[in-house]
Amino acid sequence: MRRKRIPSARAQPIGALCLLAVLLAAAPFHAARAVSNPAEMLPDRAQELRAEAIGQELRCLVCQNESIEESDADLARDLRAEIRKRVAAGESDKEVIAWMVARYGDFVRLKPPFRMATLFLWFSPAVALAVGGIVVWFGLRRRPAPPQPLSAAEEARLKRLLREGLGNPRS
Amino acid sequence: MAWLGSSLGRRLLLTLPVAAAAAGGAAFLALLERMKHGTYDPHAVPSPLIGKPVPNFTLPAQPPATAGISSADLVAAKRWVLVNFFASWCVPCQIEHPVLTELAAAGLPIWGIAYKDTVDAAKRFLTERGNPYTRLARDETGRVGIDFGVYGVPETFLIDPHGIIRWRWAGALSDDVVRDQLFPLLRGGSGA
Repeated sequence: MRRKRIPSARAQPIGALCLLAVLLAAAPFHAARAVSNPAEMLPDRAQELRAEAIGQELRCLVCQNESIEESDADLARDLRAEIRKRVAAGESDKEVIAWMVARYGDFVRLKPPFRMATLFLWFSPAVALAVGGIVVWFGLRRRPAPPQPLSAAEEARLKRLLREGLGNPRS
Repeated sequence: MAWLGSSLGRRLLLTLPVAAAAAGGAAFLALLERMKHGTYDPHAVPSPLIGKPVPNFTLPAQPPATAGISSADLVAAKRWVLVNFFASWCVPCQIEHPVLTELAAAGLPIWGIAYKDTVDAAKRFLTERGNPYTRLARDETGRVGIDFGVYGVPETFLIDPHGIIRWRWAGALSDDVVRDQLFPLLRGGSGA
């Protein structure tokens, strides 16, 4: 009787990679749904989506690395409610964000504004790339020139060595 | 890049990174030292309210006080006032309590705002530990706290005689913070 074929072990890493790809692809959608309590949400779907988008751009100051839309902190819940109140009252996204910045400063914006104090922040990737580029460029320039092609005599010697083996080079 | 080959160039190439690393290390040590003394908080968020008038608010009284606090009261006080957001449930508030008591004994008016606390718990806190506050109000929802940019308790604001916010400290006040930051402001601003 023939044995049932067992999937080869080699298939497993591929399966794991597929799973990882699926999880990575799903991650942003997962993060977008953070308000778990439906009672917090605005009845108007469009307004609720706007409030969520605003909240995702604002930092929770208690945890500092989550948006107030994602955070479980008490203050984040209060701020979510306040943002929804303002959105429902007809304030624009800009007005709501300005209201937060007036109280907590630019630090609450997860996308920092472009101004003098944040110039370095915005340009540091370009600076890092430029410095890296300069280092690589000089590194390549300083590399010694490739050796000259072998002369006919050297070629012959190489062939002899390969044929006879490297036994004792002095003999 | 001939200079790279020279001995001076090589020495520079060797010492520059070492010097940069040493400078970074020294700066880091200085930060750690300041953190140890409580004069630097890596999580601190600079307040955009410094130099601005106190936000408008009216808050009800927190017993044992019988009258609440409003922004108009702060302006009408016409003197330096420390506004302190505290809560009975907050551990750093208990840590800074002796510092507030000392400041009150030195004659600085401290107005307390019980933040997200119950009337009874805040009252018990003051009965058990002593009451350094000249006036007391309560912000049960934390809504006035948001207007002050409060993101945790304790938080302390120094209000000048014109009702302008001059200084904010997020976290427990320590003797070092009072000596190095608060006192220079009071001396420079009012001669108090």
